[in-house]
Amino acid sequence: MPVPNNNAAFARKGSNVQKVPGAKSTKAATKKKDEEETVETGTGWEEWSQGKALVRPPDQMELTEAELKEENTRILTANNPHAPQNIVRYSFKERSYKPINIVDQMAVHFVLEGSLVHQDSEEARKLGVKEGLAQEIATVDATAESEEEKAETSVNPAVDGGDVEEAGDEDRPDSAASRINKKEPKVTNQFNFSDRASQTLNNPMRDRICQTEPPPRSSFSATANQWEIYDAYVQELQKQEKNKEKQKGTHSHKDNGKSKKVMLMETQSEDVTKWTMASKILERTISQNTFDDIAQDFKYFEDASDEFREQQGTLLPLWKFQYDKAKTLSVTALCWNNKYQDLFAVGLGSYDFSRQGCGMLLFYSLKNPAFPEYIYPTSSGVMCLDIHVQYSHLVAVGFYNGCVAVYSLKEEGREPVYKSTAKTGKHTDPVWQVHWQSDDMDSNHNFYSVSSDGRVVSWTLVKNELIFTDIIRLTLTGAVSEGPKGAQAPSIASGTSFDFHKQIDYMFLVGTEEGKIHKCSKTYSSQFLETFDAHSMAVDTVKWNYFHPKVFVSCSSDWTVKIWDHTINTPMFVFDLQAAVGDVAWAPYSSTVFAAVTTDGTVHVFDLNVNKYEAICQQLVVDKKKTKLTHVEFNPIHPVIIVGDDRGYVTSFKLSPNLRKKPKAKKGHELPKGPEVEVAKMEKLLSLLREPDQNSG
Amino acid sequence: MGEEVEAQMKRIEATKGVIGTLVVDPDGVPIRSTLDQSMTLQYAGQLRQLVILARSAVRDIDPQNDLSALRVRSKSNEIIVVTENNYLVIGIQKLPEPDVSMSREVGVLDRFSLGNRVSWLATEGGK
Repeated sequence: MPVPNNNAAFARKGSNVQKVPGAKSTKAATKKKDEEETVETGTGWEEWSQGKALVRPPDQMELTEAELKEENTRILTANNPHAPQNIVRYSFKERSYKPINIVDQMAVHFVLEGSLVHQDSEEARKLGVKEGLAQEIATVDATAESEEEKAETSVNPAVDGGDVEEAGDEDRPDSAASRINKKEPKVTNQFNFSDRASQTLNNPMRDRICQTEPPPRSSFSATANQWEIYDAYVQELQKQEKNKEKQKGTHSHKDNGKSKKVMLMETQSEDVTKWTMASKILERTISQNTFDDIAQDFKYFEDASDEFREQQGTLLPLWKFQYDKAKTLSVTALCWNNKYQDLFAVGLGSYDFSRQGCGMLLFYSLKNPAFPEYIYPTSSGVMCLDIHVQYSHLVAVGFYNGCVAVYSLKEEGREPVYKSTAKTGKHTDPVWQVHWQSDDMDSNHNFYSVSSDGRVVSWTLVKNELIFTDIIRLTLTGAVSEGPKGAQAPSIASGTSFDFHKQIDYMFLVGTEEGKIHKCSKTYSSQFLETFDAHSMAVDTVKWNYFHPKVFVSCSSDWTVKIWDHTINTPMFVFDLQAAVGDVAWAPYSSTVFAAVTTDGTVHVFDLNVNKYEAICQQLVVDKKKTKLTHVEFNPIHPVIIVGDDRGYVTSFKLSPNLRKKPKAKKGHELPKGPEVEVAKMEKLLSLLREPDQNSG
Repeated sequence: MGEEVEAQMKRIEATKGVIGTLVVDPDGVPIRSTLDQSMTLQYAGQLRQLVILARSAVRDIDPQNDLSALRVRSKSNEIIVVTENNYLVIGIQKLPEPDVSMSREVGVLDRFSLGNRVSWLATEGGK
């Protein structure tokens, strides 16, 4: 059957033309086979068809009937299947890769370089010449050919002209042959081949130079450190802040004006002020070096021999403070500064009635023993002073002439900030003690003073004035009494010392010249709460215990130091020190330790916990004959005491470990800390004494 | 204020053991000195460089910090430099001989020195 045959042929061709790779080809192949086979079965091989079944290759793809019947149309296209479909070329104009849509679809299947030469081309002519030579013996054809060639050469002499010269060498043998054979005139170049050169006018060259000034150069080098970066940022911040301020209006103009003035002032004034602190620190450093060993002792030295001495302790001398202009004065008061514990105040004056001159208030620091930090000369001798506990720049001072004054260390001048005068209620006799109190309800500072004129006065700092209030008048009999004639004025007792209770605010003790100690209250102005017959001579000092609320100590020129419980009329402890006792002070770290100084130059330190009858330390610290010790004070935190004498010297001592004993902890128990321990310690001692008293009394 | 500082400087200069003092302004020019010219210039130049280096070291570690004092101890001397407002106040002190007395009797005013340094001088107390 022709149709199926054609179909088969067509199918074959189609499959040839469309060589689709992969499965399709196999499919096509199989399809082709199918068709072939169908064709075969369809064609005249009928006798075979019956016996023949469809032979399927094992790897033929399984197709469903529907798929078998599917007609795949095949399209003949002129596309070259091998040609790339997306060519991208770099375009320099657009500086990017551009896709080229039209791709050359030509597929070259076969190339054969032919040897046909066009007869009008040069090569042909050359060849022709050669052939002409070769065929000169030949017939007319050859000559005709050569003529033709000649004609050709004559027709195209110009073209050949160049070639002739070049080819001349090659064709010499040929050309020689040709000359001989052709007998033709040599074809010469029609043109005169001469180089013709012409020179154009050269423009004259001109140099135009312009020199500029080189830009100013400066070499800059810096290191980029952490702090330089930080500084830059800080400056930036300041600039921003300034800008903000400028935006806030005209205020800035005024400030600028003021600041400019201030600036001028500064530049005009001595440069010295700029490094005041530095020179101070230098001075201290130098004195540290000079007194290096003392500084070491102060900080680190602990007397090892104390272990062997059982109960005795010693005082290690440390710095000695003296001031030239204070040589004739005695130390009349000592006070440590609570806030800056290396600073203490020294009041200088004279106890001698006949020799009364000017006085001085000095502040020393332990860091600079060579020279006082602050110097305040006063017109009258300083008898007492007290530094405010909280506002440690305020110092209350009592004078021999009965005035009281308040100095402020923050102020520049040498004058007191407040001073009492005759009008404002100054005492008529020397002020023996001053003491700061807590601020009153209007938060004004106030302090108390006691004087030989028998008055205890409270002074309040109100704005710029000192306002006084008489708290109590000390009388000899203790109360205003009616004399036999009813007109007897109460005789005045002279107060020589006082101390306020640490916890009970209104209660205070006053020691008098007669030797009595009165327990008073701030609220009762005419009566005493109680009176103790303390001493036979003037009571120099009374001091409440820091820890135990009931205990106080008193000392007097009658050589005794007595310890009292304020509820009991008789002293708990009495110590006879063989010389007039100038001052006594409790230790801030223990309720049972106190120190006393005597006029024979000895410092006595007692610890009642250790020894109830004797001092655990009795040390001669100054020259016995010349100097008398006048005051003693414990440092709030360091184990140091300062002792003032009547020559204006202040000596500091370090307490050896035995003097600073804390109660030993029982094994297994934690060491209890705090004031309760101290109180308990004292209580224990007192109870031992009290019981016999109670039993007896 | 000026007189106090003057008096202070004079006191320092008069202290036993102090070889000399020197104050250098922020530009590096010595404005006050008790040493002779050549020594002054030498000290000023050398110490200024040292201070700049020390300050750089301190501030590099913590930019908010700044150098306040510098002490250079040598075998015989100690050079103390205190900075304030970029001024340098310099003191040169001869170190005291180490005291090695051993007696510790009660009542005798003696010393017994130990080895550690105490550097609590430049703190705020005492103002």
